[in-house]
Amino acid sequence: MSAYRIQGTTGEWEVVIGLEIHAQIQTEAKLFSGASTEFGAEPNAQVSLVDAAMPGMLPVVNQECIRQAVRTGMALGAKINPWSRFDRKNYFYPDLPAGYQISQLYHPLVGEGAIEIEPPDAEPKTVGIERLHVEQDAGKLIHDQSPSQSYVDLNRAGVALMEIVSRPDMRSPVEAATYVRKLRSILRYVGSCDGNMEEGSMRADVNVSVRKPGDPFGTRCEIKNVNSVRFVQAAVEYEARRQVDLIEEGGRVIQETRLFDQDTGVTRSMRSKEEAQDYRYFPDPDLLPLELDDGFIAEARASLPELPDAKRHRYVEALGLTPYNADVLTAEVETARWFEALLAAGAAKQGKGEAELAKSASNWVTSDLFGALNRIGREIEDSPVSPTQGAELLALVADGTLSGSLAKQVFEIMLETREDPGAIVEARGMKQTSDTGAIEAVIAEVLAANADKVADYRGGKDKLFGFFVGQVMKAMAGKANPGVVNELLKKALG
Amino acid sequence: MTAITDLGIAALRDGVRDGSFSAREVAEAFIAAVEAGRALNAFIVETPDHALAAADEADRARASGAHAPLAGVPMGIKDLFCTKGVQTTAASHILEGFVPTYESTVTAKLFAAGVGMLGKLNLDQFAMGSSNETSAFGNVVSPWRRGGDATALCPGGSSGGSAAAVAARMVPGATGTDTGGSIRQPAAFTGISGIKPTYGRCSRWGIVAFASSLDQAGPMARDVRDCAILLGAMSGYDPKDATSLDEPVPDWEGNLSSSLKGLRVGVPKEYRVDGMPGEIEALWQAGIDWLRDAGAEIVEVSLPHTRYALPAYYIVAPAEASSNLARYDGVRYGQRVTPSQGGIHEMYAQTRAAGFGAEVKRRILIGTYVLSAGYYDAYYTQAQRVRTLIARDFADAFERCDVLLAPTAPSAAFGLGEKTADPIAMYLNDVFTVPASLAGLPGMSVPAGLDSAGLPLGLQLIGRPLDEQTVLNAGLAIEQRAGFTARPEKWW
Repeated sequence: MSAYRIQGTTGEWEVVIGLEIHAQIQTEAKLFSGASTEFGAEPNAQVSLVDAAMPGMLPVVNQECIRQAVRTGMALGAKINPWSRFDRKNYFYPDLPAGYQISQLYHPLVGEGAIEIEPPDAEPKTVGIERLHVEQDAGKLIHDQSPSQSYVDLNRAGVALMEIVSRPDMRSPVEAATYVRKLRSILRYVGSCDGNMEEGSMRADVNVSVRKPGDPFGTRCEIKNVNSVRFVQAAVEYEARRQVDLIEEGGRVIQETRLFDQDTGVTRSMRSKEEAQDYRYFPDPDLLPLELDDGFIAEARASLPELPDAKRHRYVEALGLTPYNADVLTAEVETARWFEALLAAGAAKQGKGEAELAKSASNWVTSDLFGALNRIGREIEDSPVSPTQGAELLALVADGTLSGSLAKQVFEIMLETREDPGAIVEARGMKQTSDTGAIEAVIAEVLAANADKVADYRGGKDKLFGFFVGQVMKAMAGKANPGVVNELLKKALG
Repeated sequence: MTAITDLGIAALRDGVRDGSFSAREVAEAFIAAVEAGRALNAFIVETPDHALAAADEADRARASGAHAPLAGVPMGIKDLFCTKGVQTTAASHILEGFVPTYESTVTAKLFAAGVGMLGKLNLDQFAMGSSNETSAFGNVVSPWRRGGDATALCPGGSSGGSAAAVAARMVPGATGTDTGGSIRQPAAFTGISGIKPTYGRCSRWGIVAFASSLDQAGPMARDVRDCAILLGAMSGYDPKDATSLDEPVPDWEGNLSSSLKGLRVGVPKEYRVDGMPGEIEALWQAGIDWLRDAGAEIVEVSLPHTRYALPAYYIVAPAEASSNLARYDGVRYGQRVTPSQGGIHEMYAQTRAAGFGAEVKRRILIGTYVLSAGYYDAYYTQAQRVRTLIARDFADAFERCDVLLAPTAPSAAFGLGEKTADPIAMYLNDVFTVPASLAGLPGMSVPAGLDSAGLPLGLQLIGRPLDEQTVLNAGLAIEQRAGFTARPEKWW
């Protein structure tokens, strides 16, 4: 596939994108206070004296937030800085009780790293990570409760965020969207962020500029707080087009902050660089520099799970899955977890190696299970069928108890009743039969009832064989072993 | 018989414990003294009920045999410490009416040790000032007067209410805080003792912040022993303050010793500044002689970057203050001015314009300026470099000596209004105290003599990090030899 280009009146343009992702660290307590971080509480129910910036209150760093950020940095292949420091970013706004946000400007916790992305229908590429630092979230202002006043909800104030800054390495809206998806996947594997963009656990600031291919970077605009992958893509598309049109009409892109309107799909100016605040960053004197010892770093590294790229390679190399299945099964940590539980249970049940079962299991998950979940509108983590039940179903197929069609029927019942497949087969007599006497008897009946078709078949209409198979299976309520039916039918039709 | 209000912390503690008098009698005597001393304006809020309740508790506990270490001892609390259920203002209108729902770590420790609170003591607004004249609730008047002269004098600052109340026998001891000299200078001006411990000894949790990297609480009392007792009760690691030191609290009182045999006392030559009054120079020499008499060896040392300390301090402290004081915005607590028009930023502007005093505004402006883009490196970064050099100066000096001796302030107390027009002259008061603050070292002022007008002068001892004991011991040696018994003549 060729590179993404914007067609202008003066020729082709290239878009350059860099992303700053704010990811809420998944911890019970805030970054510098013991207040809870649970989503959905009553306004101001999760605010400590520190979060409200009462006089004399002091921040004390929550070690777990640092540990999660360090693990994330490791998952991004990034340099972990054993010495980092918190700085204050000063500005006045009612959602910021202290009048400053505690962040890390000068000495971030995590330095340079990179992630691999594979945009659909395009070459894989590496996107550089410039840095990852830890900072506080702000509170929320509510403007629609009163005509003359704004309300403040400080539940989010002080919640720990990771700001993950990419290099301006992306060159198309799809690449940007793929990068966000990939980063989200990694964070969820690591368990440092739930990646829930609707609840605001992940937000993107999107930096966009355009240039003629080969030219130096153009002036960029920053689109703030974009809260879905789809919107990231749409915002880049709109903004790049806007800049191209502006330049071609003789205008000049000015460095500014813009907002993306989800309803209209356009970006509009929020404030220009000239209006930009002077944040007067300086080291927070309430906090000592953050020094990580070797033990802490080693423990964080040891606690990292297998990450999506490594898993995908292993699924292809060691388990023999198709690249497509491997991709689909590793994209989300819950899917991979479910699949691996299924494999483990299946191997135990059938006494075989995981690699032997992996192919059929992966096909069943990606077609039957995904299809069913899609139909009933559930995520894999709340699938009505457990991995153990899935393994049992596959084992019943493998040992010949169930035919493929019987297995599908049993699976439907499992989805509905959550019963174990063995119990369903037993209770409803859904076992496949290979009893030749019974099958021969039914074949005789079918042939007798369809003498004309038997004559046609014998006269050369080979295609009618399928019809006879169908009739026999139907008469036996799908329980006949199809292999045996085929064999006996051929004999009977001679 | 000695009046109860003439007794210090140790005597009151021992007297209550031994049954020489009841805690109730002690509390009532000091409450009466507080009421009689209102002309000094040392208190912003009086809390006799708190003192009485603690006293009654002490008397009950004594009867039942359980005795807290400071049972029956009343104190004054600088109004920079948040006190649960008692208005805390930092002497600023912007916090007028603010009643904390929490108790600062230091006051909680004192109260747990049995201390009762007589009231919240006046101070320079947000602890910014050297004369107590920046308080929004009127200046404190020093109980001291020049001989034959009724000119009202300042008690020093910022812990001026604490100093005046101790000197006037309205309280036997008080909490202070010291950012650049706010315990030591007023102690010197009022003829009492005060110690700023090593940065991190006392938790800053619940103390209204001025400059976080410098602020440190400490006691102010009549003598060195009383300071040792109170410091022991105020100190200790606090996990709620990230800059708190996780170090054991020594038994400073128990280890007091004025025998300085084998101790080397350093005399920093750079503290001999031009224009230093001869009386102060003479007192310094007397101090050297007393310490030598106590067995110490005297060595001259050099602190070459001393002259840069004051400018560096007046960059770092306002920078931190400009950020620390941003929270006083009228949104959540304290005073709010609601403008008839304009939005949130107009509300901020009017609230802060009305709520902060002139000196506070000056420092917010200085601090905002030195942190702004384009100036940050020239001012803030440079000042931090100076700070590092100053700390190194001290470390080098302590290779050659164990404790430093210097004057506390360049003059005796001055008259109210004398220096308010010239901020630089006012800032120069801190010239001898600021270096130890920048280096986070323990520093103490002990009364050592009177000037020709009959006003007290103090000598300062500066020690190694965590070595408050040597500072206290050297202070005790001076105290015993100076024979300082002067007290202000009661005119109020």
